[in-house]
Amino acid sequence: MKGREKKDRGRQGVWPLLAPMYAFTLVFVALPVAYMFLLSFLTRAEVWGVTFAFTLENYRRILEPLYLGTFADSFGLAFLSTVLVILIGYPYGYFMARMNAVWKKRMLLLILIPFWTSALIRLYGWIIVFRNNGVLDSLLTALHLTEKPLKLLYTYPAVVVGMVYALLPFMILSVYSSAEKMDWTLVEAALDLGASPARAFWTVTFRLTLPGLLSGVILTFIPSMGLFFVADILGGNKIVLVGSVIQEQLTKGRNQPFAAALSVVLMVFTTLLIRLYRRITGTSKLEGIV
Amino acid sequence: MKRKKWPFVYVGIVTAITYIPILLTVIYSFNESKISSVWGGFSLKWYEELMYDRDIREALANSLVLACLSGLGAAVIGTMGALGMYRRKSRLNEAVAMISMLPIMIPEIILGMVFLAVFSLMDLPFGMVTLVIAHTAFCIPYVYSMVSARLCGMDRSFYEAALDLGASPFRAFWDVTFPMILPGLLSGLMLSFAMSFDDVVISIFVTGPSVNTLPVKIYTALKTGVTPKINALASVMLGITALMIAGSAVLGRGRKKQEVPNQPSDAAGEERR
Repeated sequence: MKGREKKDRGRQGVWPLLAPMYAFTLVFVALPVAYMFLLSFLTRAEVWGVTFAFTLENYRRILEPLYLGTFADSFGLAFLSTVLVILIGYPYGYFMARMNAVWKKRMLLLILIPFWTSALIRLYGWIIVFRNNGVLDSLLTALHLTEKPLKLLYTYPAVVVGMVYALLPFMILSVYSSAEKMDWTLVEAALDLGASPARAFWTVTFRLTLPGLLSGVILTFIPSMGLFFVADILGGNKIVLVGSVIQEQLTKGRNQPFAAALSVVLMVFTTLLIRLYRRITGTSKLEGIV
Repeated sequence: MKRKKWPFVYVGIVTAITYIPILLTVIYSFNESKISSVWGGFSLKWYEELMYDRDIREALANSLVLACLSGLGAAVIGTMGALGMYRRKSRLNEAVAMISMLPIMIPEIILGMVFLAVFSLMDLPFGMVTLVIAHTAFCIPYVYSMVSARLCGMDRSFYEAALDLGASPFRAFWDVTFPMILPGLLSGLMLSFAMSFDDVVISIFVTGPSVNTLPVKIYTALKTGVTPKINALASVMLGITALMIAGSAVLGRGRKKQEVPNQPSDAAGEERR
């Protein structure tokens, strides 16, 4: 009796609470994404907009070597950036979780400040570092490591640095939040039972922080294929990502259907990645900021 | 457990590198010389130029309005949604929650293109309205997931105790549930504000010719060339962010002192943040 009463009380007023979220999600998320799929099969109009005529031409065009190459390049860059982000970010998040409460707070603040500032501005700082006779060149010449300016700006390494830099906080926060929740007595138990520190790390810590690590991977890998402005600012026009092509098709090319087809392909990759994440961790929730 | 030094060293070095570009931007904004690779002495003239630039003042105002509106919109929709879904779990709710997460799951560029296509289909005028809709869409997940996380960690028996002691559901919510989810709500709100204030990619697609936000302005300026004025502008944006974070830290401290005496169970949760 009592239990049912409570349940009924809980149910009152649920729909008014849910209505705004349902409405907004339907109109401004679900429908737009559905429209994107539809759009990718349509034909572009002569001047502006689209004609509702079914075609597979947009997908056929993606298979042209030019665009396939772009996909491969984007994937390569995203992969390299993600690996570097893991190598730098995982130990960082792990160590942070082991600090005492005061230091945790300080470090969180220190990470959040750059995280909160525009990625654009942070990348802008790298232009000052990388450009000809810029800070890095001056430093290296002063140390007699190089003689001539390295011309680092508008190169591939500069773009990689930019990507890693822009996406590192996501990884750190994801790993940190998962390591922070971890029950450290389990590690102690493993050590007490005779496991070597490496073994204890591998069998306990690593397994338990895996959700954080993987959600960090998703939060870095997926955006790094779309961050066209990183390639724009630090790579000049030399490095073309899928994101750059989509942007170009929308603005200069005015070809919405082709941009949609490119987006659909990117989206399918994304979905596969998230599927994989759910399979491995058994949850749908991303660890960390999300 | 033994305390080792080198983790601190590692964390310290990485953090320092993170700050180098930021510090350089600020330092060079005080550079007298127009050629930005040469140091020509200390000067405030770029800030002065910034102050007289009407375009930039307008862009700043736009960015602030946009961040506030979309942050608040997301806070209301996301919090209500999280409360509703917590109260009644169903397959449909789970599906909607998943879909509402899409804006931060899919690459920004796709979201931008999707909005561009749909807004032009709906014939909405590109400008502040489209900006607010798009930004609200990617802010909701932050609020929703932060508040949901608080709700999941919450001890439901407090709420039920309040009801058993005769409180109305609204009163029980206001006195028990709300204070418990408030930290999640606030941090979701602040994160939303920051994300919206910071956004370039989506804004580029959904803004109209007459409305510029600060990041869009910086982006277009960067493509045409680097000037010390952008240094100054970037430093101003950094300053705003720093102020916001300092403010939220102070707010957080004040709240905690108040709450610890009568809500010991919440203090533990608070400590973790």
